[in-house]
Amino acid sequence: MTSETPSRPLPRPTAISAPFWRAAAQGKLLLQRCRRCSSFIYYPRPFCPTCLSDDLEWKEASGRGTVYTYTVVRRAATPAFADKVPYVLAIVELEEGPRMLTNIVGCPPEEVSVGMPVRATFEKYSDEVGLVFFRPDEEAGNG
Amino acid sequence: MDLRGKAAICGVGEVGPFRKAGGRTAVDMMLEAGRLAMLDAGLEPPEVDGLLVGPLLVGAPVTLASMMAEYLGLRPTYADIVDLGGATAAGMVWRAAAAIASGAARAVLCLTGEAVDPEAFYTRGVRWAGLPPPEFERPYGPMGANSGYAMIAMRHAYEFGTTDRQRAKVAVDQRQNACANPRALFYGRPITVEEVLESPLIVDPLHLLEIVMPCSGAIAFVVAAPEVARSGPHPPVYLLGFGEKVTHSLPSHALSLTTSPIVYTAKQAFERAGCTPADIDLVSVYDCYTITVIVTLEDAGFCAKGEGGLFVEEHDLTYKGDFPVNTHGGQLSYGQPGLAGGASHVIEAVYQLREEAGERQVKDCQLAFVQGNGGVMSEQVSLILGREP
Repeated sequence: MTSETPSRPLPRPTAISAPFWRAAAQGKLLLQRCRRCSSFIYYPRPFCPTCLSDDLEWKEASGRGTVYTYTVVRRAATPAFADKVPYVLAIVELEEGPRMLTNIVGCPPEEVSVGMPVRATFEKYSDEVGLVFFRPDEEAGNG
Repeated sequence: MDLRGKAAICGVGEVGPFRKAGGRTAVDMMLEAGRLAMLDAGLEPPEVDGLLVGPLLVGAPVTLASMMAEYLGLRPTYADIVDLGGATAAGMVWRAAAAIASGAARAVLCLTGEAVDPEAFYTRGVRWAGLPPPEFERPYGPMGANSGYAMIAMRHAYEFGTTDRQRAKVAVDQRQNACANPRALFYGRPITVEEVLESPLIVDPLHLLEIVMPCSGAIAFVVAAPEVARSGPHPPVYLLGFGEKVTHSLPSHALSLTTSPIVYTAKQAFERAGCTPADIDLVSVYDCYTITVIVTLEDAGFCAKGEGGLFVEEHDLTYKGDFPVNTHGGQLSYGQPGLAGGASHVIEAVYQLREEAGERQVKDCQLAFVQGNGGVMSEQVSLILGREP
């Protein structure tokens, strides 16, 4: 893990989301799973949007997924991203099903493609907050 | 609910659009648009007993509807805020008709507008960038709606081979329409496909000229019971069919980014109106980005899924063409005065169906298809409007 200046807006954990951000700080991607209907849920919430059960558990995700779609942001959305352009904003479809907005890191923007296998990588900002990014999964496609 | 012929649009008011607010406030412009719409309908305040107001994207006061009513001299028996992003205006049309059909009101004034300078819009940070729940999105630097639609365009290109040139054609044809609309911000400034593709890439694959420009202005219209509408100075424009569906807020939570809820809303609207896409004379559909038009034409059934790029390439989308789309220039060339951007598609259909569109009049325009689109293809409202009930 590298130490990046936390200029980007960081999440302020809530009672619902704190376990997710704390796990990310420890290098783990957690998803909620509904004990009643077995749905995986992202982003964290108080109850299952499929069956309304509030009997949810945290499961560690494999961290593997594919790029559902992406864009290269060439003009910063806010000043906090001015030194980061161009960067890849992507929706990654996790192996478990849910899709999440993230950044693809670890390769030049022109090497990103739809359908590309990716793997989670983490950036720790404090003991309570880490972010989940994705990088190309070199091991995928061989097995 | 069958609202076919139960209500008609009988008055419109348009203020702007203006590239810069120049001291005008959103409320001032909305009130003026409301006044113009009531005058256009030939109605005085006591005759207008319904009020629907669109929320302001910047600095919204609370209890907006009662404040507007007081200024306008209205004492409505039906008042509400409609909050469907770019689908707000289209959503107001059928809500007003439902209120009229229920007996809650006989004439409903609908107001939308915004005051925003493009420079301030970007330097202050886009409020839309904080679409809920921002906690899981903002750390990654989404660029408001821009990045959402860019990701739609990227996925559409991946699934169907839609090209940059095909998307650019939408902007070019609509700009030609804007050159016949003196109100359009880009009136008198035709563009070519090459110019679109040479404009800066902002969010791949979208170029600057494929992206709507926020601006200032207001649009109002009156939806009234048929007998009220028929007593006015203009031919009524009847609501024949509608459909509405909201499927998500975040692009990551769309069931699909290439097939939108328009599949449902358009089907509903056509069924309720008893017509098909082949019957439509004017297509007036939300165009915050070029890709929005392509996805909309596919999902509304004007062409097969995945063939939208080819369709816009093979058809002339101008007011002179074989498939007129967004004859006012679309928001891409008219400008996007907040939620009045969505209303611009509604009133263009009214102008065309009343045969008041001047140089850009579509010949023998009987039926119009209108699409309101909010968020990132998330809130959808389809309308079919026509000259006869």
